[in-house]
Amino acid sequence: MTKNAKLMQGNEACTLGALAAGLEFYAGYPITPSTEIAELCAEELPKVGGRFIQMEDEIGSIAACIGASLAGKKAMTATSGPGFSLMQECLGYASLTEVPIVIVDVQRMGPSTGMPTSLSQSDLMQARWGTHGDHPVIVLAPGSVKECFELTFRAFDIAETYRVPVIVLMDETVGHMREKVVLPDPATLKPKRRLEPDTPAGYLPYAADEDGGVPLMAAFGDGYRWHVTGLFHDEAGRPTNSGDSASRLLKRLMRKVEKAAPWIEDHFEESLEGAEIVVVSFGSSAMSSLSAVRRARREGIAAGMLRLKSVWPFPDELVKKATSGARRVIVPEMNLGQLVLEVERAIGCDVTVTRLGKVNGELFRPEEIFSAIEAAL
Amino acid sequence: MSEFLSYFRRDMLPHIWCPGCGHGTVTGALVRAIDRVGLDKNKVCIVSGIGCSSRAVGYLDFDTLHTAHGRALAFATGIKLARPELKVIVMTGDGDCTAIGGNHFIHAARRNIDITTIAMNNNIYGMTSGQYSPMTPKGMYGTTAPYGNLERSFDLCELAKAAGATYVGRATSYHVPLLIDLIEAALKNKGFSVVEALEQCPTYFGRKNKIGGPVEMLEWLKERTVNVKVASSLPPEKTEGKLLIGELYNAPAPEYTADYDEMVDKVQRRFDSFQGGIYGCASNSD
Repeated sequence: MTKNAKLMQGNEACTLGALAAGLEFYAGYPITPSTEIAELCAEELPKVGGRFIQMEDEIGSIAACIGASLAGKKAMTATSGPGFSLMQECLGYASLTEVPIVIVDVQRMGPSTGMPTSLSQSDLMQARWGTHGDHPVIVLAPGSVKECFELTFRAFDIAETYRVPVIVLMDETVGHMREKVVLPDPATLKPKRRLEPDTPAGYLPYAADEDGGVPLMAAFGDGYRWHVTGLFHDEAGRPTNSGDSASRLLKRLMRKVEKAAPWIEDHFEESLEGAEIVVVSFGSSAMSSLSAVRRARREGIAAGMLRLKSVWPFPDELVKKATSGARRVIVPEMNLGQLVLEVERAIGCDVTVTRLGKVNGELFRPEEIFSAIEAAL
Repeated sequence: MSEFLSYFRRDMLPHIWCPGCGHGTVTGALVRAIDRVGLDKNKVCIVSGIGCSSRAVGYLDFDTLHTAHGRALAFATGIKLARPELKVIVMTGDGDCTAIGGNHFIHAARRNIDITTIAMNNNIYGMTSGQYSPMTPKGMYGTTAPYGNLERSFDLCELAKAAGATYVGRATSYHVPLLIDLIEAALKNKGFSVVEALEQCPTYFGRKNKIGGPVEMLEWLKERTVNVKVASSLPPEKTEGKLLIGELYNAPAPEYTADYDEMVDKVQRRFDSFQGGIYGCASNSD
């Protein structure tokens, strides 16, 4: 094995992915099951000249990250359900003001305080619709420890390229599970950084092609003296009450992510060729699904699997294509029906969909999913 | 005023404030203080929350950030920690600072992070048309206190001091030269500084409480305050129920971002020979 092989936890891999992407600033508040990310950032960031702060709550944490990003730094926060709820207002702020940040949500069972140490995947819809108002959202969902590294790294690339907040939607199992992983040599990685303007003369912080363009982003303190507001604003960043101007801005923001979608889209598939039964899943549910699908194949059942690594924007075409030859689609998820709503919407009424929701906080056993596959025969 | 116009974004004017509002006076005092200290415009960042007063930052020609309600200090904390060389100023109203933003206020003070906070206190929520705030004196009126406010108000300066601020002062929109002096001293303090500026809101607070127009309200501000320098030599009946104005606390202490810089130096020296690179920290390596 190469010398870079390590046994590590998902939360640890997530932090290392962020550091490999050039993380310079972390603000957070302790919450199970995400706390290891904060602990590791507190230890590692000073070594690379970065900054860590434990804020007074999750609202302050995301706010501090947005401030640091505006000051030119790559910033991240990590939390779980209750903290993610508190972050929603400022998530919308980052979206409207186009400030790149990465938010990690290691999901646990809710609602409310719920079962803090138990597995859940029930923040899927909150990640999409949690903040008020129409807004674009990008959500990546790692399904292994290695992917916690890869997708957190990628979250920064996407955030920086498109000036958007990006959510890494992990879950308790993925975050706390330990696996042996081989990490890439940091020298081979080329993290992206936001495009900055060349000169303050004539700088318009929100000037971009109406068809989903990304404006250039100056850093506070670099002499641009620009204004940022959570009010709808014009190209100069000035608040506006013009309905036309607001409509243009919001449509550009949505179009920006729509155009980026093909680049963002990421998935894993297994045995989809000729599959009559297709399991669509994400995160830790997909680990059990994979095991069930492999067993089904061994037993001569034409089953396949699609695992979404990017869940928002929802990959309609991908899901449609992957299920086009199927008689039955099964959606196992650690909630009472969230991903399945999107799957049903994407594939229409042509195929019967089995909802396989589980909310006892325990990871699916492969047999449970295998039974659903057998029942679908 | 003309010599200070260079501190304003003239394309953002006219402002949205009502005739007779105190926010312009306080904003004017801030730019005069900035001018006196001689700060580089490119190295000043002014942050605000939500409310009438928070609109001030849009008119000022610096890097400016108009954030979410109550969160100005949290955003400002991120900016200051990310780039400690910037002079970070927060403009916040009484509701923004002491109600929805109260927690961020006490924690920023506790950390003694180098941020100058101008708390623009007109005793009322103006933007939403006159509801009582945590700074509305007991017994006075607001649209949500139609029978008189039953709640006690904060003494913001005592709160700041108790929470750890290292410079605290109070003035009013009537006592402008004093206000400029205090903001100047606050900007010079390396640490968390608070200047509470008592102001008139003739449109809502003045009208609801039958105090009168801007002139009468300025008189009212003058009447209800007494300078800390003379307060001790006055008989108790002359100071009873009055708020002290002037420099109320000035006790420099180690500043948070400077301490962080020092820690980074120490940690980097210690780990200079550290072989692990960014992956070296994995706790279970083989």
